[in-house]
Amino acid sequence: MTLLERFARGDLDAFEDLFRQFQGRVFGWIVRIVRDRGVAEDLTLETFWRVYRARARFNPEASFGAWAYRIATNLALNHLRRRRNEEELPEDIAQAGSPDTAVQQETVDEIQRAVRKLPPKLQVVVMQALVEERPYQEIADSLGVAVGTVKSRVFRAVRILRKQLNPIGVQHAGRR
Amino acid sequence: MQEDDDEQIREALKRAFPPVGQELSRDLWPAMLRRLEKPARTVPWYDWALAAALGGMLLFFPKLVLLLAYHL
Repeated sequence: MTLLERFARGDLDAFEDLFRQFQGRVFGWIVRIVRDRGVAEDLTLETFWRVYRARARFNPEASFGAWAYRIATNLALNHLRRRRNEEELPEDIAQAGSPDTAVQQETVDEIQRAVRKLPPKLQVVVMQALVEERPYQEIADSLGVAVGTVKSRVFRAVRILRKQLNPIGVQHAGRR
Repeated sequence: MQEDDDEQIREALKRAFPPVGQELSRDLWPAMLRRLEKPARTVPWYDWALAAALGGMLLFFPKLVLLLAYHL
């Protein structure tokens, strides 16, 4: 019986093997989205907790990693949604600073705020595709969408960010 | 021109979000094990009572489902 078959039948040792094999990768995937190691550890545990609870529905012939990434991405998305609702963000970030402050921390904060104002689905692609430069196929698999959908989300995110960041002179921050 | 803008935005994003440590600093298995050993949370009796009352009301007044759907 394979490791995945044993896991699907509820073998705790098999689950431990899989956990040890994938915990680092799942953590790395989540932390690239949420940018907070503490939160990423909690979400990694939650991911494997859900994986274990849903073991009976897992097809041992499928990819365990892809399944875990999908669950992890959904949890990270939920976290971004909660954070977006909790944070008070200014309506117009362009008013929050002048072009002269582009090289300062304020600009960095404004860029971060602009990203956090994006819909969570766009935040995920911004982090994974633009900041971390992960392959589109990998991002698509983790979100359960087509590569074309990822590309269109990147396009939408860039269009929104361009509109919001150009007035604060982001080009200076880029060239710093 | 637009490609330049996109590249600038990409660079600015990278500066605004510097690399985070992607390596786990500790083994999470002990924490996972503790969580697995915790008894499953039970649903309190009043939640069951509320669900039963709601189910009963929907049985007698099916149109309430529209009101419920509107509020959800």
